Amino acid sequence: MKGIIKQISQINFGLMSPEDIRKMSVTQIETPDTYDEDGYPIENGLMDPHLGVIDPSLRCRACGAKGGECQGHFGSINLARPVIHVGFGDTIHKILRSTCNTCGRILLTDTEVEDFRARIDALKENDEGINEGIKEVYSAARRDKCPHCDEEQEDIKIDKPISIIEGNYKLTPSEVREKLEKITDGDAYVLGVNPEVARPEWMVLTVLPVPPVTVRPSITLETGERSEDDLTHKLVDILRINQRLLENMEAGAPQLIVEDLWELLQYHVTTYFDNEASGVPPARHRSGRPLKTLAQRLKGKEGRFRSNLSGKRVNFSARTVISPDPNISINEVGVPEMIAKEVTVPVHVNDWNIEKMKEHVMNGPNAHPGANYVIRLDGRKIRVYDETKEAILEMLEPGFIVERHLKDGDIVLFNRQPSLHRMSMMAHEVKVLPYKTFRLNLCVCPPYNADFDGDEMNMHVFQTDESRAEAKSLMRVQEHILSPRFGGPIIGAIHDHISGAYLLTRTGSIFTEEKAFQLIRKAKLPIPKRKNKDWTGKELFSLLLPENLNMQYKAEICQKCDECMLKECEHDAYVVIEDGQLISGAMDEKTYGSFSGKILDTIMKEYGSDEARKFLDASTDLAISGIMKAGITTSTNDEEIPEEAKQRIEAHLDSAEAKVDKLVEAYENEELEALPGRSLEETLEMKIMQVLGEARDKSGEIAESYFGMDNHSVIMATTGARASMLNLTQITACVGQQSVRGGRIDRGYIERTLPHFKKNELGAKARGFVHSSYKEGLDPIEFFFHAMGGREGLVDTAIRTAQSGYMQRRLVNALQDLNVRESGLVTDNRGMVIQTMFGEDGVDPAKSDYGKAADLDKIIDEMRVK
Amino acid sequence: MEEIIDKKIIEKVEKVAKKKKADFPESYIYDIAEAYVRRELSDRELEKLIIKVRKAYERARVESGEAVGTVAAQSVGEPGTQMTMRTFHYAGVAELNVTLGLPRLIEIVDARKKISTPTMAIYFDDDHKDDEEFVKKLANRIGKSTLNDILKDFYINYAEMKVEAVLDEEKIEDKRLDLKEILANVEKAFKRSDIKESTIVFEPAKQTIRELRLLADKGRDLQISGIKNIGKVIIRREDEWIIHTEGSNLGDILKIDGVDEVRTTTNDIHEIETVLGIEAARNAIINEALRTLEEQGLSVDVRHIMLVADMMTSEGVVRSIGRHGISGEKASVLARAAFEETGKHLLRASIRGEVDKLTGIIENIIIGQPIPLGTGSVGVVMKPNKSKK
Repeated sequence: MKGIIKQISQINFGLMSPEDIRKMSVTQIETPDTYDEDGYPIENGLMDPHLGVIDPSLRCRACGAKGGECQGHFGSINLARPVIHVGFGDTIHKILRSTCNTCGRILLTDTEVEDFRARIDALKENDEGINEGIKEVYSAARRDKCPHCDEEQEDIKIDKPISIIEGNYKLTPSEVREKLEKITDGDAYVLGVNPEVARPEWMVLTVLPVPPVTVRPSITLETGERSEDDLTHKLVDILRINQRLLENMEAGAPQLIVEDLWELLQYHVTTYFDNEASGVPPARHRSGRPLKTLAQRLKGKEGRFRSNLSGKRVNFSARTVISPDPNISINEVGVPEMIAKEVTVPVHVNDWNIEKMKEHVMNGPNAHPGANYVIRLDGRKIRVYDETKEAILEMLEPGFIVERHLKDGDIVLFNRQPSLHRMSMMAHEVKVLPYKTFRLNLCVCPPYNADFDGDEMNMHVFQTDESRAEAKSLMRVQEHILSPRFGGPIIGAIHDHISGAYLLTRTGSIFTEEKAFQLIRKAKLPIPKRKNKDWTGKELFSLLLPENLNMQYKAEICQKCDECMLKECEHDAYVVIEDGQLISGAMDEKTYGSFSGKILDTIMKEYGSDEARKFLDASTDLAISGIMKAGITTSTNDEEIPEEAKQRIEAHLDSAEAKVDKLVEAYENEELEALPGRSLEETLEMKIMQVLGEARDKSGEIAESYFGMDNHSVIMATTGARASMLNLTQITACVGQQSVRGGRIDRGYIERTLPHFKKNELGAKARGFVHSSYKEGLDPIEFFFHAMGGREGLVDTAIRTAQSGYMQRRLVNALQDLNVRESGLVTDNRGMVIQTMFGEDGVDPAKSDYGKAADLDKIIDEMRVK
Repeated sequence: MEEIIDKKIIEKVEKVAKKKKADFPESYIYDIAEAYVRRELSDRELEKLIIKVRKAYERARVESGEAVGTVAAQSVGEPGTQMTMRTFHYAGVAELNVTLGLPRLIEIVDARKKISTPTMAIYFDDDHKDDEEFVKKLANRIGKSTLNDILKDFYINYAEMKVEAVLDEEKIEDKRLDLKEILANVEKAFKRSDIKESTIVFEPAKQTIRELRLLADKGRDLQISGIKNIGKVIIRREDEWIIHTEGSNLGDILKIDGVDEVRTTTNDIHEIETVLGIEAARNAIINEALRTLEEQGLSVDVRHIMLVADMMTSEGVVRSIGRHGISGEKASVLARAAFEETGKHLLRASIRGEVDKLTGIIENIIIGQPIPLGTGSVGVVMKPNKSKK
């Protein structure tokens, strides 16, 4: 049991006063040096041992704690002259502009001040930002004459980031500070400085806090050389100038020199806070690299906020290459034994599991279901070694925690970046397997968007029982078969699983009883009764379907005939399932593919996630066994067409090109008529694009007519397993028009694409029409245009990922605080109601049927059947 | 939805639903009523149907604590990776370029004041929707025409230092413009012009060739008719006459007689907000986002888009998604600092004396506490046994 965990209920922000800084400081820093010749930190230097220690063998002078336990203490530097804090330059300017240069009162009458005060209070009351109110004050408080002392006002300008100019005179920070001191608390409040936590003059620094060494640790290189942190370097600079300024002032040096040094001090303090302030040249390291100072540590993607606070590095995680394994369930993940021995699960030892835990400890850290650490009753963590395991075994008693190896059945979190949606992190059951890659079922590739060309994935092991329970009920793969995006399945079969199911179930696929049973056995299905008859593939597939399943739909292979023959479909494309028996139609992408699987969808919605998982596991098994019986392969032979077909295609393309020439001719003779709202050139382009597009399609159609369903490439394309008919026609018939920027190619040389053409030539070939097919091969000109089109595609993808990534970050950031209350209201974290009922009907899209709570026709049909 | 279904039937369905304790939203009642008529259900079947729908509805309800916002954001954002980058595409009307795909979606969530391709679809009321003459006349009034469009002859006379333009009366006729109006317009714009019937002579202010040429261009580009901000117009016959425009000016178009105020629309969300109000803007965001996604063949549940639109419009003005809008107005300092402009927010918080109440998600992640959402939004309360024994 851990102690009581305190909860932070709020964080107050405020500005530190010089007194606060002095009070916090444990020591004054005066010497701009860090270590003396012997390597000991200098007293009153930047590495003063009062500031805390890093080395665990030393003790902190201020608190006495050992290094690692002491978080460090602040010191302080007394600045010889005040300097302006960079971050507040703009605020100081606005405040000075809004106050009297002489009496320091705000340039508003007392009644106005009261009004603004009330308005700001009201904004605060309503939990709205007060920025708007303050902005109004700044614009209202611009008078030429002070309403309090009737003094004429000189204009105050700012030379970014920190020079304040009154009229033509540049104010020194001391003068700025004096002016700010004159502002009353009441005026400050209206000017956006809350007097409870900040005074305007505190924006001009007189004391500089020095962060503890733990904030800026120095690194010792292998050579024994010490390398200081960027902040330390900057502080050294500040101290040096501060010292010189002080000496010069004491010696009564000329005003000019003092001012120069003061300016320099201001520069160093400025870059110490923010080294990227506009108008200030960044301070550089000896090597020329700009220093990373305070603001840079916090800011941006690699800054403290985004990379250390919003996201953290964790233990008990693993990462390796992924590879496919159709033999494990979608709920499982294959974990290499090496990883299983490294990441552990803490188990509380009790009377019921002590024997099991002893076995683990006995196995030690090197044999598989072993243990790496044991935590004793007093909280001490002991590493288990083969040499010490017997001794530990004897100590083991209820109340100990054993950090045992990962083993089959453990729940782990599995993730692939980019984590674009919640299905990018799902909980899997561990299956410890040999070799060194994570194994996953192919059906979970679509939600992770994973393939196996070298992708790597991460695994995290839960460390508490609550998290395990939560993950098991909410994050398991089977709970995410339906995507919340559109209410349909996102997990489903891909590639060979689909073509396999088709080959198994298409009409004419018949197996002898012996073969059929072999398949059933291989698919690990319950063995049905013998029927002493040949089995059809449809009968085999029916074994997977729930008994009372009834449905009808058009499959992916549907040819979209003018008149649908329904059950008598000659393409096997009309699927009818009656009482769990597949009567007609073949299985394909529409059966159980991801994004479109209808049977999977129905089973998921009507029988629940357990059944859906079983169906997916069993059907992939069966499809794989099916595809192994039938066999599938592909080569360019699949795209072979007879000579006669080639001639037809050639003739067709030639006629299309002739048509283009005619169009161009018509254009040149000014016979072409412009479409309404288009110029002549645009009209010509559109017409040519249309002709060439049709030409490609038609030549594809010609090629297609020579392909049958005995062609493996065609099977893959039509069942939706992989590729499309377009890909096939590009290989066989004609690649078609290449485009850049959405139109035909028109860039390159002056008035022509390549020097092989006449100037202003508008023919098909001159503007990137690829007449050849991939199989035939492209000629050099075509190849070049093809590469142009291809390159545009690549650039496009690169830009798109960046843009959409940023859009998603913004969307998530804007919406993440929304919550559904028990009353059904959708509110943000301030309690503002965004919707009175989620999506106007309160239905969760992930539980809906493609956006509807219920399909009325389906219900009515069911009712009538009964 | 038109009134195909009798009010009586709807009332009846409502009554049965009430009897069966089914608390359906309006659209469900309507759907059931529609099914009742279409499938000719008996009263018993209707009852049964309502019970079944009620069960399905109850099962499909969102659970409280569900992170609907994050899910919606992911559902809208995730398809972004699959969208095309190509800015221009032909949407139905081949003559008009309209921004589509990812750039358009970004434009919508950004709530840009100036969108890259504003366009309108103007519909007409029952009296005018088949009136070709009326529509053509109106189209010419709406669309931008310049003097150049109605010229018969135009030449620069360098010898006499003047520009002569001869108007084509046929073209004026064809465009259904009024010659007098045009001439009045010309007179107003060019003080040094001489009008004789349909011939206009311009004279430059300074007698230089440069001036003369500039004047010629200016004369040609003189707008003689059209509504502000509207460029090209295209008249299309679908089931009725529709005018598509390049550029948008909803306010002025709606004032024209014969225009159907109900169906006429624009893709400029900001304009809809100023003309029709915030609720209309919300619907416009939903329609535009949904259309953009659907055109790319991506299905996203409307509820997600509704939530985005509701979030953008919840304050009464359209706020953008990002640092200038919703994220920049968050109550929590840490949430704002973690998003963008870290330094600015922290510095401002310090002088304002802001207080972070830690009610949001990232704030709690930053300080390492469970987030107030999902399983983190519930706690266990122990009820002490009052009767002491």
